Amino acid sequence: MLWVDKYRPKTLDHVMVHTDIAHNLKKLVTEQDCPHLLFYGPSGSGKKTLIMAVLRQMFGPGAEKVKVENRTWKVDAGSRSLDIELTTLSSANHIEISPSDAGFQDRYVVQEVIKEMAKNRPIDTKGKKGFKVLVLNDVDKLSREAQHSLRRTMEKYSVYCRLILCCNSSSRVTEAIRSRCLNVRINAPSEEKILEVLELIGKKEELQLPPGFAARIAEKSNRNLRRAILAFETCRVQQYPFTNKQAIPPMDWEEHISEIASDIMKEQSPKRLFQVRGKLYDLLINCIPPEIILKRLLHELLRKLDAELKHEVCHWAAYYEHRMRLGQKAIFHIEAFVAKFMSIYKSFLIATFG
Amino acid sequence: MVSIMQSSQQWVEKYRPRKVKDVAHQEEVVRVLTNTLETGSCPHMLFYGPPGTGKTTTALAIAHQLFGPELYKSRVLELNASDDRGINVVRTKIKDFAAVAVGTNKRKKGHPCPPFKIIVLDEADSMTEDAQNALRRTMETYSKVTRFFFICNYVSRIIEPLASRCAKFRFKPLSEEIMSSRILYICKEEGLCLDAEALSTLSSISHGDLRRAITYLQSAARLFGSSISSENLISVSGVVPEKVVEAVLQACRSGNFDFANKSVNNFIAEGYPASQMLTQLFEAIVEENDISDEQKARISKKLGEADKCLIDGADEYLQLLDVVSNTMQAFSNMPERFAYEC
Repeated sequence: MLWVDKYRPKTLDHVMVHTDIAHNLKKLVTEQDCPHLLFYGPSGSGKKTLIMAVLRQMFGPGAEKVKVENRTWKVDAGSRSLDIELTTLSSANHIEISPSDAGFQDRYVVQEVIKEMAKNRPIDTKGKKGFKVLVLNDVDKLSREAQHSLRRTMEKYSVYCRLILCCNSSSRVTEAIRSRCLNVRINAPSEEKILEVLELIGKKEELQLPPGFAARIAEKSNRNLRRAILAFETCRVQQYPFTNKQAIPPMDWEEHISEIASDIMKEQSPKRLFQVRGKLYDLLINCIPPEIILKRLLHELLRKLDAELKHEVCHWAAYYEHRMRLGQKAIFHIEAFVAKFMSIYKSFLIATFG
Repeated sequence: MVSIMQSSQQWVEKYRPRKVKDVAHQEEVVRVLTNTLETGSCPHMLFYGPPGTGKTTTALAIAHQLFGPELYKSRVLELNASDDRGINVVRTKIKDFAAVAVGTNKRKKGHPCPPFKIIVLDEADSMTEDAQNALRRTMETYSKVTRFFFICNYVSRIIEPLASRCAKFRFKPLSEEIMSSRILYICKEEGLCLDAEALSTLSSISHGDLRRAITYLQSAARLFGSSISSENLISVSGVVPEKVVEAVLQACRSGNFDFANKSVNNFIAEGYPASQMLTQLFEAIVEENDISDEQKARISKKLGEADKCLIDGADEYLQLLDVVSNTMQAFSNMPERFAYEC
């Protein structure tokens, strides 16, 4: 079992990072009936952990017995009927799905599938807790239409079913949905908090931590707790006992991108562009999301550039990322950014050194 | 199950005024509608104004007061944006409903029951132009037996022929006093304790939108219990705290790109919504005294572009970084065109 899962807090009382939020959530769930919830925050900040803990608080340990199922729904869409395949994670009292997996058909998922799930009300012998919980992941990736359909569903079935929505950026969730939920912002844990968690894991695993070692992992993690714990475990596997100078292995895709960055800093020519294309494809076929590639590339370039070029380069990064979102094939836009960067950098070099 | 229904009832619904005369701050429309209640005659209406000012409330209240609970179902048709309202619906559902004749004028227990039906089209500005066009003739043909109430935020999105057939009423944003008195009333009913500072915060973050204010109040009450401070309200509303906005502006002033980059990174890690940040940056920039109008214009232009990009789904970090870098350039009066652009 990975440490990330092993040391995931199971109940709201054991949460280490967002203690105040956990405390409030506990009050909310135990004292009164809970409203729809919307969790938002950067990845690796503990949204999912909190959601699972809330479910456990509601339904007891039964909420952890989940089964994974691949179901197909038949949906009537006007004249034709569609088959939608979705993976669901469900327990007796809750169902978890990522409606955005259905791509452009997400509207039907929201309109039909959720409605169907919401309609079937669980029957409890004690006549208590007669509602179920639907956890929807990545609501920010839902299309506009799907979000509009969702708001009606939320109102209509609010007696039978509570929704817990989870997303990275709440800007992309429409106001109508946000105003129907209790918004819970989960911030990324601070480096001190990450340090605390790492030290606790170290203690539980009975590891010897040289001073400053955990701090270095925390610093490298970019305030992403999941990443910090994974890096910690990787280090453990690579070399134990830890030494003071032991390198924290970076993710290999990050190394790859940093290579690309130094490549294009060294030479700006069509030939180099062609070489870079191969490397970009390598990343894309390994399922690294294109916007992450672009962001990381910008990060690497900004580290190496002169101050006067930074504004310009970051402008173009934003420009091409936006275009990428509107377009279809990511490689065009990443490559366009690389080409643009080359041309800017070359003219800068000519202007400075002649 | 009753208990769940009661406890989860939205306060927005619970405290919705039931009578036209209870609608706050909109004297004009209240006067006209009170007149309607007495005489039983009514033109087509078009209500427009910012959200949370009582448009839907007024329309529903007048319909209820005119017909009473018994006739309401048969005389009033409510359609809002979440219902399908394409041209087909206009041609069939609305037309069918509008065409049905109504019985004669029988007064029932204090309800005037005038001899017409009402169709309430909520959020009418999201109807397509085709659908609106299809309504024109319907409105005239059945004007004897049907009145239309259009409700929208932007009157400019209602096509001219429809607007000219209606009596238009603008709903003003609620003033601070009226908002406070309503909020305090709800607090008293719900047994909440709200200090003066929290009250003024609530009015400022809700921008004259009473519905939003009540929603925030309810969320805060659910999460933090009966005594609510202004920080609690800010945390449930998703508004970025003043301090954070100030810090980002400060980073722009510093002229140091790496410093600004770090502050943007921090901002994203804290999980605040970037679109909210743009709004608040805009407010802060406009109020700023020591920068020229030209600089303000330049920054605002970029803010607009970034907002559009965010709506398209662009990455929050990159857009915000672009805005911050642009603001920094504007502050230090760097030329607008990049030096090495070709």
